[in-house]
Amino acid sequence: MTTVEIEEVDPVTNMSGKISCRDRQIRTLVSLIGKREQVAPPALFIYGHTGTGKSLVINSLVQTLELPHVTVNCVECYNQRFMYEKILNKLQGLRSYMADPDSYLKCDNMNDFIRMFRQVCEDQGLNKQTVYIVLDKAECLRDKEVNILPTFLRLQELTHQNVCVILMTEIVWEKFRTGTGYCEPYIVNFPDYTKDEVLTILTEDRPDGSEADFYSMYLNLLLSVFHMVCRDLREIRYLAGLNYEKYCQPIRTGEAEASDTRKLWKNIEPHLKKALQTVYLREVSSSQWEKAQQETEVGQMPSLQGLSSRNHVELPYYSKYLLIAAYLASYNPAKTDRRFFARNSGKVDKRAKFIKKHERTSNHMLGPKQFPIDRLMAIFFSIVEGKVSPTANIFVQISSLVSLNMLGQVAGDDQIDTPKYKCLVSLEFIKSVSRTVGFDVLRYLYDFV
Amino acid sequence: MKQKQGKSRTSTVVEATTSSLDRTCDLLRLRVSQLSSSPQIHGYDQERRKLLDLIRRTGTTGESNSALLIGPRGCGKSMLIENVVEELMTNQEIKDNLLQVRLNGLLQTDDKIALKEITRQLQLENTVGTKVFGSFAENLQFLLDALKSGSHSSKPILFVLDEFDLFAHHKNQTLLYNLFDVAQSAQAPVCVIGLTCRLDVVELLEKRVKSRFSHRQIHLFNNITLGDYTNLFITYLSLPDDFTDRKFVKAWNQHIQELASDQTIQGVLRRQFEFNKDVRTLQQLLMYPVCCVSDTHPFLVPADFVDGMKMQSTDTKSAMLHGVSILELCLIIAMKHLTEIYDGEPFNFEMVYSEYRKFAQRRSSMQVYEKAVVLKAFEHLIALELVKTIDGAGSRVQKEYRLLSLLVHPSQILDALQKYPNCPTEVKQWAQSSVI
Repeated sequence: MTTVEIEEVDPVTNMSGKISCRDRQIRTLVSLIGKREQVAPPALFIYGHTGTGKSLVINSLVQTLELPHVTVNCVECYNQRFMYEKILNKLQGLRSYMADPDSYLKCDNMNDFIRMFRQVCEDQGLNKQTVYIVLDKAECLRDKEVNILPTFLRLQELTHQNVCVILMTEIVWEKFRTGTGYCEPYIVNFPDYTKDEVLTILTEDRPDGSEADFYSMYLNLLLSVFHMVCRDLREIRYLAGLNYEKYCQPIRTGEAEASDTRKLWKNIEPHLKKALQTVYLREVSSSQWEKAQQETEVGQMPSLQGLSSRNHVELPYYSKYLLIAAYLASYNPAKTDRRFFARNSGKVDKRAKFIKKHERTSNHMLGPKQFPIDRLMAIFFSIVEGKVSPTANIFVQISSLVSLNMLGQVAGDDQIDTPKYKCLVSLEFIKSVSRTVGFDVLRYLYDFV
Repeated sequence: MKQKQGKSRTSTVVEATTSSLDRTCDLLRLRVSQLSSSPQIHGYDQERRKLLDLIRRTGTTGESNSALLIGPRGCGKSMLIENVVEELMTNQEIKDNLLQVRLNGLLQTDDKIALKEITRQLQLENTVGTKVFGSFAENLQFLLDALKSGSHSSKPILFVLDEFDLFAHHKNQTLLYNLFDVAQSAQAPVCVIGLTCRLDVVELLEKRVKSRFSHRQIHLFNNITLGDYTNLFITYLSLPDDFTDRKFVKAWNQHIQELASDQTIQGVLRRQFEFNKDVRTLQQLLMYPVCCVSDTHPFLVPADFVDGMKMQSTDTKSAMLHGVSILELCLIIAMKHLTEIYDGEPFNFEMVYSEYRKFAQRRSSMQVYEKAVVLKAFEHLIALELVKTIDGAGSRVQKEYRLLSLLVHPSQILDALQKYPNCPTEVKQWAQSSVI
């Protein structure tokens, strides 16, 4: 009895020492898995947010207990064949196809898979033990052939083999059910980490040479900025590693003591707020951010121009006007065209203003409307300076705007005679475009008059 | 109280019986898994007799039959047919005579695969080992010839088609047509039994296939009462008499009887029964307690069942809502208000953002986050499938203007807010009242 305990219990307690804050889940899973020869539940469905330790717990569980297992990421297997072959070949211990092409098993349908699975299990002497098939990102199984998910859920019955399928995902089980129903898996939830747990976990991986109290103080400050927005452990860990240098800077230069929390907070707070708008959104890459930390002021240098601030695109003259015309056609109601663009109506009459006031939502909230090409051309000719003839070049420019994804062609019944379009650029972008041609676009927009 | 009793018994009895405890674990785990058939059949006497008679007639007199077993999931269709076949196989004459072919709609996804599987299972002469040769047409021709050349004297075949409704989706229903055609005409004696959970399965069949089917349907409906359910609970957990350690078996079965009369257990059972009374959910309920049995915890206690029930019956969406950040929660509340105000009309990100900004600026002391940060939170919600885009991914609009609908019920939001750790009060109040 004692030997059994040494074998079975010790690795697990050892594991929960390594993985903090997941004791309950580990205990539940260990009891569900049971001993090697015992029959495990046919299917386990494990769900929880990203970064709640699902893969970590399962992987270290099967590794510490040395259970026969296959881990498959469903994103990789865009074809059912890859999935079957991966499971079978991993199970028979084949490292790669190149190493031994002769014994590589080929399988392209579920029927063969079941047969070969039994064969492989017999060959490897896994008949008695539970074989674990871990399917990560299981939500992708829904988009594959309809028979895959139900078959995996009743794999135990179909193979008459002691097998347990573990599905891991962040989507809830209700969204997996389709058709006439499945064998329900056993559902295990991995709850999110509380704030204290996040602190405990992050304090564990502090950089060498820093004190735990000092580092957890820093984490507290970090969480006070980021915890409202982001609960993802990986993201917070990444940000914590990135900004720690800056936090320690006043101590190194001798401006503050390690105990002088207020001063350190004053120093780091604007910095963290800046990080929320830049690094968190991946506007600025982490190497750029680290470089910027060497200097004093963040966000001031030309090197820290974010990705989205670079929305300046060089376009030909007529393309600019075409784009502006498309924007106006998308965001103005068609009935106001006469008012804006007809030659002799400079004034807005009072009735129109009254109507506008009572409209519920602006067009900039509802998004772009579609318009026929005739309307686009009419607006284009009315706003462009000088006389332009409708040559082939103009129409080619329209279609090249479509391929640049600035206009979107709307599917309609008549694609050649009167195609319809939508304008897909933002107000900021069209403002900067119209500034370059000296056109005041706001004067012509219904929402801003 | 009960737990105490269990513990005290532990010290006296179990010391010597660790091996029987292990064997008990093995047995119980096997029972709740998919590998074993149920320890007893409840009800279905008439249906069982009908099915037994049908297959026996094929086995002995060479009569061709077809029937459909229809019933909801987990009502015991496969169990019943296993049981019937098992009983028939005790008869030596039938055992020597009857060939079996098992097909499953999930595995044999088209007729070609199904045909190969039939040839393989019948071990016909164009097979070597488990390989089958020939094209689809050759296989079909060969199989039909083999069946046609047979007469009353040739060996009868029992076809069991699990997930029968999936076979009806095959092209032209060739397999079903041929199987029913053989059953209809005087060729080799076959018995085709289809298992399905669709009540309208006959409507799926083509006219020519339908006319060849005998229209013999056996409906299996779960008509067990709460008393039966409790008995089933006892049967599933009790040990058989031929278990080695008699003393242990007696103590264990006694303990199970006590458990079944326990007030808490009865409450749990009733709740489960009112949700769903099929046997599979009972197995699911028993799974956690059975897995908990170990050396340090040798007897089942009511608390295990309560824990197991709690794990299975938590509202999953509320559990997921518990883990989103406060900003995401604010967005969900804004969406809830939008859905309520506009009466279920879809919304887009711009509307949600303006709703959120109205709240954050006027009503709360919270920081107002800029649009890009809010958009990131919003996309996380879409990734969690708490919000769904209603036009397909193919439609090309900027992501701010894509139309969406909320997939969380307002009551789930309020429920999650109750349990949310450190939720700001103003957010809670905002969730209650939509007026800003």
